[in-house]
Parts: sequence; C-alpha cells; structure tokens
Amino acid sequence: MTRPAEALPTQEMLINMGPQHPSTHGVLRVLLRTDGEVVVNARPDVGYLHRALEKIGERVTYAQFMPFTDRLDYLASMNCNCAYAWAVEKLAGIEVPERAEYIRVIVSELNRISSHLIAFGSFTADMGAFTPFLYSIRERERVNDLFEDLCGNRLTYNFARIGGVSADLPPGFLEKTKEFLDYFEPKIDEYNKLISYNKIFVHRLAKVAVITAEDAIAYGLTGPNLRGSGVRFDLRRDEPYSVYPKLDFDVCVGSGERGALGDCFDRYMVRINEMRESVKILRQAIAQIPEGPVAAKVPRVFKPPVGEAYFRSECPRGETGFYLISDGTGNPSRLKIRTGSFVTMNIFEKVTVGLMIADIVAVIGSFDIILPEIDR
Amino acid sequence: MESFALSLVKAVPALSGVPMWTVTLTAMVLTAAILLVFALTFGGLGSYVLRKVAGDIQVRIGPNRVGPYGLLQFLADGAKLILKEDIIPAKADRFLFILAPYLVFVGSFAAFVVLPFGVGLIASDLNIGVYYVMAVTSLVVVGILMAGWASNNKWALLGGMRAAAQIISYEIPVGMAIMPAVLIAGSLSLQDIVRSQGGLLGVFGWNLFHNPFTFFSFILYFTAAQAETNQTPFDLPEAESELVSGYNVEYSGIRYAFFFLAEFGDMFVVAALATACFLGGWHVPFFHAEALPAFWGNLLSLGAFLFKAFALVLVMMWVRWTLPRLRVDQLMRMSWKYLVPLTFVNLLGVSLWLLLFKGKGIPQMIASLVG
Repeated sequence: MTRPAEALPTQEMLINMGPQHPSTHGVLRVLLRTDGEVVVNARPDVGYLHRALEKIGERVTYAQFMPFTDRLDYLASMNCNCAYAWAVEKLAGIEVPERAEYIRVIVSELNRISSHLIAFGSFTADMGAFTPFLYSIRERERVNDLFEDLCGNRLTYNFARIGGVSADLPPGFLEKTKEFLDYFEPKIDEYNKLISYNKIFVHRLAKVAVITAEDAIAYGLTGPNLRGSGVRFDLRRDEPYSVYPKLDFDVCVGSGERGALGDCFDRYMVRINEMRESVKILRQAIAQIPEGPVAAKVPRVFKPPVGEAYFRSECPRGETGFYLISDGTGNPSRLKIRTGSFVTMNIFEKVTVGLMIADIVAVIGSFDIILPEIDR
Repeated sequence: MESFALSLVKAVPALSGVPMWTVTLTAMVLTAAILLVFALTFGGLGSYVLRKVAGDIQVRIGPNRVGPYGLLQFLADGAKLILKEDIIPAKADRFLFILAPYLVFVGSFAAFVVLPFGVGLIASDLNIGVYYVMAVTSLVVVGILMAGWASNNKWALLGGMRAAAQIISYEIPVGMAIMPAVLIAGSLSLQDIVRSQGGLLGVFGWNLFHNPFTFFSFILYFTAAQAETNQTPFDLPEAESELVSGYNVEYSGIRYAFFFLAEFGDMFVVAALATACFLGGWHVPFFHAEALPAFWGNLLSLGAFLFKAFALVLVMMWVRWTLPRLRVDQLMRMSWKYLVPLTFVNLLGVSLWLLLFKGKGIPQMIASLVG
C-alpha cells in the first residue's frame, strides 16, 4: 500500500532568507525554493549594502581612499588598508621602509587572527552552540586592545599610509603582542576540544556542500574557501609580497579528515589552523623586525605617473585585489576592487542544491562571507 | 481531592455547616493556584538562573542590574512583557493565533497535577499518572503547530512542522524509557512509583541503581525528554539561527511569555518525572520522611524532591550552553533508528530482569546477601 510520490503532489515553498536574518552574516538575502525542509534552489541576492566604493575611489585622492578600505571588510580593516597601500605603491613605484613592511605584516596577521576568531565564533553560533562565540570574542578583545594602543581605533583602523604606516609601534607593543600570542596559542587547542571535534558539530558539517578542487578553481574561490578544497594556494607564499618571503609558515589546506575533501568542516578547520600559522608568522616577525623609519617620503600632493597596476593580497576572506588606473592626476581614473566574499557567492547556488535549510546556514558560515565585501 | 476535603471538614469543625461541594471546589482552586504560582515562579526564577548559568559558562556576568545580584530581573522582564504591545499579524488566523500559546501552556502546566512533590503533596494522585503526563504534554504539539500555522509566516510554519514531527517521534522513546519504573512499581501512579523506591537502602533503593537497564533507561529518558521538550541540542523548532525564532517568531508581549513559561514548565516536568521515576522522588536517602509528623515530613520530602529536580534542570541548562544543534534529519534518525530500538531493548531487558530475579534489583540482592 505504498503510494508513489506523484500521487501526493506537494507545493514548493518560496522563502525569503534575509536580508534580515540572524545567520546570513549581514544583509544577505537568499531566495530559497524548498520542498519542505529540502532546498531545491538557493539564489543569493546581493546588493543591499552597496555604497559605490569604486566610484567614490575615483572622486577622492589616493590618500583619501584609505578610510574607505576600512569599510571594505570591517573585520579585517588592517588587511584591506595594507592591500590598498601596496596597490598604490606598486602603481607609483614607491619603496617602503622595511620596518613599515614588518609592521604591516604584524598588524595584518593579528587582524587575520581576530577575523578568523569571528568566523569561528559566528559559525559555531550558527550551528546552535552559542558559548564558543563568547570565547572567541574574549580573545578578539585582546587584539582590539592592541590595535587601540597602536592607532586609537578598535574596528576601522585606517592605519596604513601610502609609503608606510601612520605611526611607529607604541612602546611595549611587541611585548604585549608576544604576551597575547603566548596566551592565545593554547586557546586554539581549547576550541578544538570544546567544539571542533564535537560529534554533533562534525555531523552537521561533514560532507555538507562539498566543493571539489576543480570547482573551487573554476569558480574563482580564494583564501580559506579554496584551501578547504585541498588546493595549496596562498598568495603570501605563491605570489610573495612584502616581507612574507622571509617568514616561514605552512599553507593550511583541507584534508577531508571528517568526511569529504572540501566540505564545510574542512573550510572551518582551515581557519582554525591558519590562526596557528598566523601566530607562527607573528613570532618570527616580532623577532626579525628592524629599526628604522616607518614611512617613505611621499609628496603631499601625490600624483602617480600614468599607468595601471593590479595588486592582490591574501586577506582573511580570500584574495583582495585593487586594480588602479592612473591618468596622472591626484585621483585614480578607475578603481576596481576584487574581494573574496563576492566571488564566493558565485558557487553558492551550485553547492546548496539538495541541502536542508539548516545546511544553508552552515554553508554561509563556512564561507565566512562578510557583506560589505560582497556589496562594496 | 474529595478525600482531602473530607479530612479538612473533619479537622476543622467550623466547616461542617458549609456544603461539601464548596469545600472541595475551594480546595481545588487553591491547589491549582499554588501550582500556578509555583510554575510562574519557576519560569521567572528559572529564566534568571538560566541566564546566570549562561553567563558563567560564557565567561560573562549575566543579569546583575535589577535587585540584588539581578535577582529581580525576571519581574522586570515580566512587567515588560505584559506592557508590550500585543501584535497580531494582519493576515494571521486570529482565533488560532490567540489560542495557541494558551494550549501550549496548558499542556505543560496540566502535567503539574500529578507530580509528587512530597509525601502528601500531590494535587491528584491519579492511578494513571505517568500515562496522564504523556497524554497532556501532547497538547503542546497541537499548540505549537497551531502557532506555526496561524502566524502566516513561513519560518513559523517550518518551526511548527518541525515541532510536530519531533515531539511525536520522541514521545515513543520517552514513553518506553519510563516504562521500567512503572514495571518495577507495578503501578502507573507516580506516588506509587516513588514509594517503590523507598526503604533503608537509601540512594541504592532508587530505580536508577535497580539494575543496569534502569540506569540506562534513565539516560535514555533524559535524552529523549530533552528532545520532546525542544531543549538544546534538539531545539530545532525554535532554532534561532535557522528559523529566526521558529514557531513563536510572530508572537510578542504576554503571548510570547506564555510560550516561554511553557518551555520552563516543560523543563521542570521532565526533571520532575525523571526524579520521580528514577531518582527516588521525594525520598531522602536513609531517612523515612513518611515517619515524621505530616508537616515536617511534607516539608522535608518537598525539599528533597525540588533539590533533585532542580539539579536535573541545571544539567539541562548546562547542556543547553554546551552543545550545538542537530539537523532535522539527524534528529529523526536519532529517534527512530537509535532511541526507539534502544528503549524497546531496554524495556525487554528490565522485564526479563524482573522475571528472572523476582523483581529484585542488584542493591536488594546484595543487601539480602549481606544481611
């Protein structure tokens, strides 16, 4: 007496997930077509946070655009600051003092840790475990304190400058950073004990939204999302910039340890392991940092020569690239920003077919998207 | 209740002139009022404790502004909820929308009637006590499904559907896991079940230590009951990160408060049932509460019962702030593929044990060997 499925016609349900939803990490709107709990199609609809940053870039001078890069990825402002500074320096061919480069690497890696902490915390909160989020916030607070010492700000730092950084490290900064690293490194193991290998957590993530290495490359994924699929590609190592060649670190990739290679759990673990690598980088950078000036001489009225430059760097959410065209005036004639989160949204529709609604949340969390980066 | 009224009339001669039914009715209303006050206070203070426990676990302080140590926070919250605008969505099914929270609350509150709080502290010692609890708590499903449907919100609907599937699935393992206690006592009355765990064996008289199967069935019951009452890690119907807030997403003000109270009521009922069936109920280890004068015996047994039940509630809160959430298919799989077979095997094990050892548990056997 089994009835075939056709005899019971069911209607697909169209659900609006977002733009106001607790776990879309901002104002992302996902149009869900579901058959009960099973997702038939999930189409991300971006643009709710569009601020025309690229257009603004054309209207302000090169130096004035720096604060706008803070708002590109507010959880990793330092990385965006530095990425933009490096791009302008490449365009104008400015030589940056070594100490400034070390400072940039130190703040970038610190910010990578704090950004990955948020990724870790909000991801576990999405999975229903609220406590780890508070733990990650507790650690992030220490990074914020360090940055407050450094530049007075706790979220949007506006720290890098064309040709260097805005100020030298305050006295005791490196010691405090070391203290933080000594405090923080054991915490990573604590997180793993607390939640990473929790059976429920693993079951929620393993084999969910598997992205093969080919797909990841074809869809242009970068950063932890690419490395989660097992592709060992990191701009810091493969297209070295700044002082990264002098630093020794591993590129973390997913291993498929709890399911399939490239599933949500792999992407999650890549971030956890990257925090450890960042600690490693920071220790070396602190040991190596030379004395010297922290900014190159850049003319007050800064007019780079006619030409174009593209510079990409490894940000916590993937590759952030700035494409600048100069027409010889004080502001760029074109400024194009490439961000990791935006490109990642391409593959969203493909990997979410046939998942459950709860998995959509897992996928968004595992991509660690941030909306200002998607919409710019 | 009538026997209580009769004894009351006997004890207080002044009442003999009053018609019998008024005495009975007054006694009923008073009992209900006491239970209601208890349920509300538990909901209020429970929410405070929940937040304090959350604070402790999550390296923060928790409520500490209203009253000493933030103890009056629940009163402030309650006042806020009562004063809040009561919003009914324009396209909601008004009648069902209004009815649903009360159904949910009644479902969880009605179970309080048969909870054995003490030697003589039970509103009504029904001879089908356990069965009655199972039956009335099912009312919660209807209420939640109603709330989900009537809200005219897809997230609420999904939450309601999840709740219906979940609660119905988990009623089977819950029922089966509690049966061993019924088998041992030979009665469905909760008071009889508690009495069967008395004796001078103390802690070891409890069903928990009766035999390995009963120990296991306590764990099974506690797990399944967490799911039946939508507690983390099985809180899918109100998964805030997926369904925004689940079936109660459109509710505000006092109606929301009823869902909230029902949740805490459920928590207490689960803990109380586990206490009564496995942890010796109101028995104080190595002590005869029944032998004391009625007042002190009741007071002592009430304390013991609440202590055990609150300890279990604390465990629930602890779990709540520790574990992530299951997915809906995993939840169903857990019930039908693991918990249901396990509870059946367990029940069979207990039955065989009782048959083979003539109803004696391990502690009794050891005691008879020693003594």
